[in-house]
Amino acid sequence: MKGKNCVAIACDLRFGVQAQTISTDFKRVFELGPHLYIGLPGLATDTQTVLQRLQFRIKMYEMREGRRLKPHTLMAMMQNLLYERRFGPYFVEPVIAGLDPNTKEPYICALDLIGCACEPADFVVSGTCSESLYGMCETTWQEDMEPEDLFECISQSLVNAFDRDALSGWGAVVHIIEQDKVTTRTLKCRQD
Amino acid sequence: MRKMVFKRILSCRVNVSVVYSPASHREFSHYSLSLSLQLSYTVSRAADMDLQCLIGMKFNDFVLMATDMSQLQRIMVQKSDDDKMYQLSSHLVMAVAGEAGDTTQFAEYIAKNIQLYKMRNGYELSPSAAVHFTRHTLATHLRSREPYTVNLLMGGYDPKTDAAELFYMDFLGASVPVNFYGFGYGGMFTLSITDREYRPDMTEDEAYELMKKCISEVKRRFIVNLPKFRVRLISKDGLKDLPVIVAEGEAA
Repeated sequence: MKGKNCVAIACDLRFGVQAQTISTDFKRVFELGPHLYIGLPGLATDTQTVLQRLQFRIKMYEMREGRRLKPHTLMAMMQNLLYERRFGPYFVEPVIAGLDPNTKEPYICALDLIGCACEPADFVVSGTCSESLYGMCETTWQEDMEPEDLFECISQSLVNAFDRDALSGWGAVVHIIEQDKVTTRTLKCRQD
Repeated sequence: MRKMVFKRILSCRVNVSVVYSPASHREFSHYSLSLSLQLSYTVSRAADMDLQCLIGMKFNDFVLMATDMSQLQRIMVQKSDDDKMYQLSSHLVMAVAGEAGDTTQFAEYIAKNIQLYKMRNGYELSPSAAVHFTRHTLATHLRSREPYTVNLLMGGYDPKTDAAELFYMDFLGASVPVNFYGFGYGGMFTLSITDREYRPDMTEDEAYELMKKCISEVKRRFIVNLPKFRVRLISKDGLKDLPVIVAEGEAA
């Protein structure tokens, strides 16, 4: 979600195979830079594979260019990474949230599994309960929210949406990315 | 005498959404037919993957792993003293379940590569590094012409950080650290027992008793007879073979 000079990104912590929960500590939002986060929901094996391949590309980029990645560039990199596998794709639908390193402009974007990106002005969602998430975010989001309000908004949207979904839940991790700091909070909610 | 004609039944699942849709995930079958068919094919071939039972539990100072000792083919028990655990290094053990040839091939490939690293570099890979390598191998083969259908539990002790580690890895290559897990149908009964009774600070005897409880539950409630389980303990002193657990008690 976008706020006033800040962005927020959150994920649930469940890892399971259909009905069986295997781990309740599987984070799927990863830090790729000081103000750059990516969420990779979907097939767990592809979450891990895509993250590893992405980290390699980002390190090569930073070594060649000598500067940090911009969020918009990360989107382009993800598009390329995913479209390379157009006819045998990675089953992840990434969500990017970050602040531009120079202008500190908030940025969010969502991609589908073959790399079609969209950069809306308000919020992006992804996952098994995306329909519920859309509903919750639509009602709670307002423009230009301060970081504290943004945290409340994103937490409530996520928790209430995944409480209705059997395949998601078991707690959440929320990152609020501001210009000078990143606050990470772990929420404990319905443990089912 | 009348000649008997046996009809060959080819089990071939084409509908992906039936058995194994990927973890935490919507129906992507309309996007990628090739991977979907491949996944369904691997599942229909390894129908007895779920009949095998692997149990692993991690405690503060050691990891306890148990595997059933029956090698099954369709409805027949081929041998009942099978060892499904492979020692990868002095402080790392891998329990493997899955399709018949894949288990041995994959396990030996990983074991030899871990040993090769030690020979080349003079020191052993830590458990988490070995797991990382194994996951990468499995994930790379997943989208090739020869995917391995193996479920793994890797249990080890890291002497540098003084920590016991247990990792779950399924046949798709998703790997997570866990406190305890059981693969297969037998594992489903185990999970309930461990959810209730597991404590990370148990002693070796208490852990062995807990493992006995899990295995007698499997004997009681699982339709397939898995009478004997091989048990191993990995601690800072390395690998230790514990007595084979032969489940006692009547089936329910």
